[in-house]
Amino acid sequence: MKKLTPPLTDEIIAGLRAGDQVLISGKIYTARDQAHYRLIKLIEEAKPLPFDINGQIIYYVGPTPAKPGEVIGSAGPTTSYRMDKYAPALIALGLKGMIGKGKRSQEVKDALKKYKAVYFGAIGGAGALISKSIRSSRIIAYEDLLSEAVRELVVKDFPAYVVNDMYGGDLYEKGRLDFENKI
Amino acid sequence: MRFIASEDISNAVKNLIINSSVNLPEDTYKSLKVALENEISESGKAVLKAILLNAGVAKSDNKPLCQDTGLAVFFVELGSGVSVSGKTLTEAINEGTRRGYEEGYLRKSTCDPFTRKNIGDNTPAIIHYEFTEGDRIKIMYAAKGGGSENMSRINMMRPADGKEGIIDFAVETMRLAGPNPCPPNIIGIGIGGNFERSAILAKKSLFRKLGEKNPDPELEEMENLLMKKINRIGTGPMGFGGICTSLEVHILKEPCHIASLPVAVNVECHSHRHGEITL
Repeated sequence: MKKLTPPLTDEIIAGLRAGDQVLISGKIYTARDQAHYRLIKLIEEAKPLPFDINGQIIYYVGPTPAKPGEVIGSAGPTTSYRMDKYAPALIALGLKGMIGKGKRSQEVKDALKKYKAVYFGAIGGAGALISKSIRSSRIIAYEDLLSEAVRELVVKDFPAYVVNDMYGGDLYEKGRLDFENKI
Repeated sequence: MRFIASEDISNAVKNLIINSSVNLPEDTYKSLKVALENEISESGKAVLKAILLNAGVAKSDNKPLCQDTGLAVFFVELGSGVSVSGKTLTEAINEGTRRGYEEGYLRKSTCDPFTRKNIGDNTPAIIHYEFTEGDRIKIMYAAKGGGSENMSRINMMRPADGKEGIIDFAVETMRLAGPNPCPPNIIGIGIGGNFERSAILAKKSLFRKLGEKNPDPELEEMENLLMKKINRIGTGPMGFGGICTSLEVHILKEPCHIASLPVAVNVECHSHRHGEITL
């Protein structure tokens, strides 16, 4: 089990292989569909992003509302392919990791290779369990998007798997082929 | 004629929604336990253990099982000897949905398809009505997540495609879905009717309790065959590889047009949250 704390460097990324289990601690940022749409608009207009993206990790999540006394509600990953259209531009700006679930496009996988970045998979449908590794949550942009707002999370030992690495490795492809026609 | 106040329906629906979003139903839990016993992949087993652990955490922390608390989908059976006083039944269910998602701290996920602006209260609920004998109202609810719903497909097949064609289409659907819909999945298949009816049948089939057999032996056989074929794809729990890609396959069938063979495949995630009340 590898322990990671952003900002992630090229050297750290080079040490990660599809299938590795990791525990992430420190600051990560949340963004999903509508937040990505707005982030890309900022890039197109040459305006600054609401956070310094260099070396950072974006978590694709739209949590349930926190009850009084809670840090955050249920907070598992959403399906990542919906962000495929936007992800390469963010990776080109220095984004080093994305956490989600499900397959990525070839364009995203190519960007991981070209700019040295990784895609992590978290366990979908385990939002209550995952929320236990989130220590604080603060909205830093797009509050009007409700659950889709951009949040800065502080996490401790957030569990994830490396799905796509910078070498073209793909946990989904390998995992499936290992068990194809096994029964 | 028996009357039920719309307010009582709203409150009952509210409680049904909150309870179903936090407490994994018994049948789903049992089905996942069986999957854990059957799974041979180490990462698959680890994922299934985490999913079962999540059910315990959700219960003890009174927290939703998944952050996608879904669109609120209802199948309602309305007896001929019962009527609703106050608001309409549709309004009563929508009001219950509004309260359930607000008071239960559940995520509101309905939005305008173009502007993507959140409606803010998770309405409108999606409600299907059936009319039955008796003086009761049975309300069945499911929290239907977007990730699995997005992997669902409909196909207006040629009658010559037959059962074999239907099986190939369903397997292809799950092959294309891969890790996206949070496997292991429950696969609901609606065959027949027309374009929209096949989709409603597919959705309705998901409401059959896990572990309950299809009363039609021909469909039961088809379900077993599909289950085997889908689990041979190798996707496994969360797509990390394994032999448990499908928890169950459910099929419903109805007559269709002599020119048509409508088939809908509705994919449901492992966090199969559902419940029912009878008033």
